[in-house]
Amino acid sequence: MSLRNAAYIAGAFEHPTRLAPDISTPQLHAECAAGALADAGLSLQDVDGYFCATDAPGFGPISMIDYLGLDVRHADSTEMGGCTYIAHVAHAAQAIAAGKCKVALITLAGRPRSESVMRFRPGAPEQDFEQWVGLTNHTSYGMCAVRHMHEFGTTSDQLAWIKVAASHHAQHNENAMLPKVVTVEEVLESPMIADPLHRLDCCVTTDGGGALVVVAPEIAKSLSRPLVALRGAGEATKGPSGGLGLDLTVSAAARSGPAAFAEAGVRPADIKYASVYDSFTITVLIQLEDLGFCAKGGGGKFVADGNLISGTGKLPFNTDGGGLCSNHPMFRGGITKVIEAVRQLRGEAHPAVQVPNCDLAVATGIGGSLGARHGAATVILERQS
Amino acid sequence: MSERTLTAPRPNPETQAFWDGASNGVLKIKSCGACSRPHYYPRAHCPHCGSPDTGWVETRGEGEIHSVSVMRRGEGAPFAVAYVTLAEGPAILTNIVDCDPDTLAVGQKVRVVFKPTEDGAPPVPMFTPSGD
Repeated sequence: MSLRNAAYIAGAFEHPTRLAPDISTPQLHAECAAGALADAGLSLQDVDGYFCATDAPGFGPISMIDYLGLDVRHADSTEMGGCTYIAHVAHAAQAIAAGKCKVALITLAGRPRSESVMRFRPGAPEQDFEQWVGLTNHTSYGMCAVRHMHEFGTTSDQLAWIKVAASHHAQHNENAMLPKVVTVEEVLESPMIADPLHRLDCCVTTDGGGALVVVAPEIAKSLSRPLVALRGAGEATKGPSGGLGLDLTVSAAARSGPAAFAEAGVRPADIKYASVYDSFTITVLIQLEDLGFCAKGGGGKFVADGNLISGTGKLPFNTDGGGLCSNHPMFRGGITKVIEAVRQLRGEAHPAVQVPNCDLAVATGIGGSLGARHGAATVILERQS
Repeated sequence: MSERTLTAPRPNPETQAFWDGASNGVLKIKSCGACSRPHYYPRAHCPHCGSPDTGWVETRGEGEIHSVSVMRRGEGAPFAVAYVTLAEGPAILTNIVDCDPDTLAVGQKVRVVFKPTEDGAPPVPMFTPSGD
């Protein structure tokens, strides 16, 4: 069963908040749901499928479906870290294609700046062998960058260009956490966090959230919004594989990306706009290689000199400012990747960063810890008339 | 600079032999009787072929740095997080200690050194430059 044209993204909403001390996390989910449904021209009563992950408080979909007042016949709480919501788009399309629902609502929300949050459940099988190491995402992704530099000669300047490009886009986003344009020098002069990643190589931490409404083709065509179709999808996971499969320069996107392109029947050269998960600058570089925008090892040259800046570069990316400058709600950037791709395909991105005739886009992400165990999810989205 | 607290491992029947080895200064990994491939961290089953026929192997405790990143912020900083590729094959996530973290490099030879954890729990395998 191909997912090509199996479902359409009819509603997309990114909560404008980046700091939310005075609103409950469930309410933040509800505001995101309301925003995406209003965007689609639908209501809570139309929803018959609900998707959430561990950012949803309580018993996941069981708590949230009751809280929101939904009456659904399909629920999914697939958990793949930050890229979860990209996978949810594909899973919603699968459910729609199988006749399990017609209007799927996906929500993400969290307030890591305002409350203590649980990022993963304790008791992982590797816990006793790794917890004492003190591995955080900084050192995990840092080790990937070190290895990439060792094998391919990638430089900190090249990584910095990814942040520079994101900042050029963020200046036009009134909600961006860091709207200031930065230079390569400013990135390199920011404090070292975990070698070779500087503070400005790291994404922001924000309260916030977002939601998507994925619908059956006949519903999409009955609504007044531009048609944004799912054309292809892929997902994968990767880990050290017992210590024999460690390759820090290749992500699971090396499988999710080609799977999505194959299903879509298009090539990286056909893509007009790319949303690429940017927890760190190195995350972007490795995914661009793994998706085939350049050869493995060629990412440094590919991203340098503004090649990712809309209007001047060959591959406009993260035109909202991405996680590096705008928003990384609940440490999870997957949903904002899909939302900005939808904006671009509808022609609703900020005019300063809107890609002309943007009819084909990719949204891709990494979830978990790139240098340890992680997932990847990729969707190819198409504007149809 | 505060010392980093090392979370105590909690041995269970699947991992007890590893921690007994650690307490005696021996780094153990597992090897598969069916496919002959080694693995780390140790499991009852082989992650390469799924066989339950796995057994303990004592390593030489030697390897080289596959990658290393020095954490510059937070408790105990700076400290080095690394993957070390053991001479027997598997890579192990660990810390490089008893050295200047700014001198560490990919490919550097290291050897195991066990460090005590909280509450009298078994020590954990870290590595230090072996100087050869």
